Formats: sequence, structure tokens, C-alpha cells
Amino acid sequence: MKLTVAGKNKEYADGITVAELVELENVETPQYVTVTVNDEFVESGSFAGTTLKDGDTVEFLYFMGGGC
Amino acid sequence: MIKLRKEDYETILAHAKKEAPVEACGLIAGHIDDGDKIVDKVYILTNTDHAEEHFTLDTREQLAAVKDMRANGLEQLGNWHSHPVSPSRPSDEDKRLAYDSTASYLILSLMDDEPVLNSFHVENNEATKEVLKIVNSEK
Repeated sequence: MKLTVAGKNKEYADGITVAELVELENVETPQYVTVTVNDEFVESGSFAGTTLKDGDTVEFLYFMGGGC
Repeated sequence: MIKLRKEDYETILAHAKKEAPVEACGLIAGHIDDGDKIVDKVYILTNTDHAEEHFTLDTREQLAAVKDMRANGLEQLGNWHSHPVSPSRPSDEDKRLAYDSTASYLILSLMDDEPVLNSFHVENNEATKEVLKIVNSEK
């Protein structure tokens, strides 16, 4: 199936989950990454239970924060 | 080296002063030219911590900014935040939460009468100051 991942067109096996995509995309520090699918935020505890479908658009947003 | 237009610096400064004593924050985007980072656009984002000693970028605004960067052919170069009452250097928390070693982390200190802006590269919890040049606007 075709996915748009971080703005790039990609081809992946049908039925992969967000958790699998995070691994396949070699996302660094995945515990600090927020994922959106078609602009909807996926709860971090739901990565493994969220199945992607053909045409989905996925974004990875890295946590950015700090203190003084 | 990282280059920031004077008007973008002034945008950051004005927002940071307006938000003080709460920390202000945002993103920087642009392009790489012969190894130098050229900031073409500064994004003002909400600090969802609304705190004087912490900041977290609003993820919805972050998503919108990432899309805007892509639409305009810009690369995310890093982020910026203010230190209303502390120096322009990464705190232990800043270093601990700096997950992207390719990013530039700009820190604006408002603790003295004269604001101080520095840029840092952070890797393995070590911060190195980058050469930051504020240049006259040129579009």
C-alpha cells in the first residue's frame, strides 16, 4: 500500500501498524515521538493497535522542550 | 555557522519579552548553504507548559509548522526558546531533552538589560556553542 510518510511517498506492506512503521522508518527515540495519521494524533499507547491503510499520511513530531 | 535575519531576531525578541516571565519558544527553518544554516523563517509556538522554568512546544502548532516548512521548501533547522531570568546557555534539562543532534538550539536570555542570543549544538548531553550571525534583512 502507498503511504505518505513525513512528506515522502512510500510503499509498505498492507496492514502494518503505526508501531511497525515507527520501527521500519528507524525513528530515533520513539518514546519521544508524537505520530499523526491524516492529521489525527495517535495516542502513544495505541501505536501497536493502529493499523494503517492505503493512502494514509503519517507525520512524526519529535518532542521539543526544556527548562532554564 | 547559523545566520538569522535581524527582523527574525526582533520577532523572537519581541515575543519573548511579551511572554516574560513565562518562557517563549518556537521553531526555526531554512536551508543549508555551503555548510551554513540559513534561517529563512521563524515560527512562534505556544509553550504548553505556560511556565517560567520550562517549555514544551504545542504539538498541533508543530504539525502546522512542519507542513508550512514542507510547502515552502524549507528544512527544520532547530528550535528557539527564551530564558527570562537565566543566562543564554542550555540548562541540564535543555541538554537532556535535546534529542536531535543535527538541530540548532537557540536560547535568548533576557536576564540582563541587553538580551543575549546564542545557538548551540547538543550531542550526548554536551552543548557546543555555534557561531551565530545576525544579518541585515535581505529577501
